[in-house]
Amino acid sequence: MKPAPFAYAKARSLDHAIELMAKDAEGRILAGGQSLIATLNMRLSAPTLLVDINGLSELRGIHRKDGNLEIGALTRQREAERSSDIARCAPLVAKALPHIAHPAIRNRGTIGGSIAFADPAAELPACLLALGGEVDVAGPGGKRTVKADDFFKGLFETALAPNDVLTTIRLPAATMDSRVGFAELTRRHGDYALVGLAASARKDGYVLRDVRLAFFGVGATTLRARKAETELEGRALDDDRIKVAASVLAHDLDPPPDVHASSATKRHLAGVLLKRVARQLDEPLS
Amino acid sequence: MSERFHFITVTVNGEEIREHVDARKTLVDFLREDLALTGTHVGCEHGVCGACTVRVDGEIVRGCLMLAVQCDGARVDTIEGVSDQGEITDLQQAFAERNALQCGFCTPGMLLTAQELLATGGASDRAQIREHLSGNYCRCTGYHAIVDAVEAVAKRRAGGAK
Repeated sequence: MKPAPFAYAKARSLDHAIELMAKDAEGRILAGGQSLIATLNMRLSAPTLLVDINGLSELRGIHRKDGNLEIGALTRQREAERSSDIARCAPLVAKALPHIAHPAIRNRGTIGGSIAFADPAAELPACLLALGGEVDVAGPGGKRTVKADDFFKGLFETALAPNDVLTTIRLPAATMDSRVGFAELTRRHGDYALVGLAASARKDGYVLRDVRLAFFGVGATTLRARKAETELEGRALDDDRIKVAASVLAHDLDPPPDVHASSATKRHLAGVLLKRVARQLDEPLS
Repeated sequence: MSERFHFITVTVNGEEIREHVDARKTLVDFLREDLALTGTHVGCEHGVCGACTVRVDGEIVRGCLMLAVQCDGARVDTIEGVSDQGEITDLQQAFAERNALQCGFCTPGMLLTAQELLATGGASDRAQIREHLSGNYCRCTGYHAIVDAVEAVAKRRAGGAK
């Protein structure tokens, strides 16, 4: 199908983008467009204005700052995949990126776009949540920062107001004691996950601390399995411990069925992934 | 200016073109309908099948997930240009030799996608080739012959460079 008619404007600056958005209640920001244009083509959405922010170089780039890694929202996924700073400071993101769609899509798709779109089965929102990162948002009322735990509100719904622009993603940079794990199950490479898990922790002697498990594809948003986290927290990982953590997932997750799998299947697969990812959390970063 | 229609200047296969486009027109429809470059195909129109793959500023993209109006000032290369310039003659021959196409609908996208992998030296094993081509659907060949063709070209090009 073809999109319904809309007007198009190229933003000259971040302020200009916010100004343009304020003029049209049915406006949408166009970043990489790899989800948005698909929904336009299928007429699942019909905005009356697209504000193209692709020319805004101030929203691109990857920088280290004060123990954090700051990723400009407009940074292409492919650019992040090739970045040595991502490999070193955000190894969880580096692990997740190759799972996102296909090279031709990652050439256009942006880090911020994926997080702002908040598909419940997407990889990057889960990475942001697992790492306990935050995002900077600019809007008509000025700028603010939102923690990952407060960002994802519901199905395709975030803390972003209609005229807000997500500008920066800030992740705590990995250190020697950081541990990360990532796994997802898909029918074909590049598909959205049936179930996925992004995880981070800190190794403290023989035990794990600050364990964060962010599942995706199991609900309306990416979500933390807090009971399973508690079972792994402050413990040495062995088979029995991992089994206990997997067994309490039933309290953490209530995945709705979809066309690919029943609730029971998804819950089972979440346990399989937890076992795989827990093993990764025990390994030092390469 | 928030308008529906825009003038764009875009370099397609080396030729500078100025056109008046509707903002809702995708790049692939612009190439096919306005420029009669029908080598780029329209399949699923939501980014899944890869039939509309073209190069924008040197990188492969989905022609159905980019708007023509976004290509103002960009360089676009389609299968017609890449083929005429002889950049992928060896790859095209390998596809023909190994029956890596039957109906040919996926072939232009498949060739441009494979060429990106070959040009960046990433086609060192079959698993990598399969992963890189995983976003391009072929309903005829079962993929095996396509992977054979890309692997053969990767080996030949590596040999020739020595």
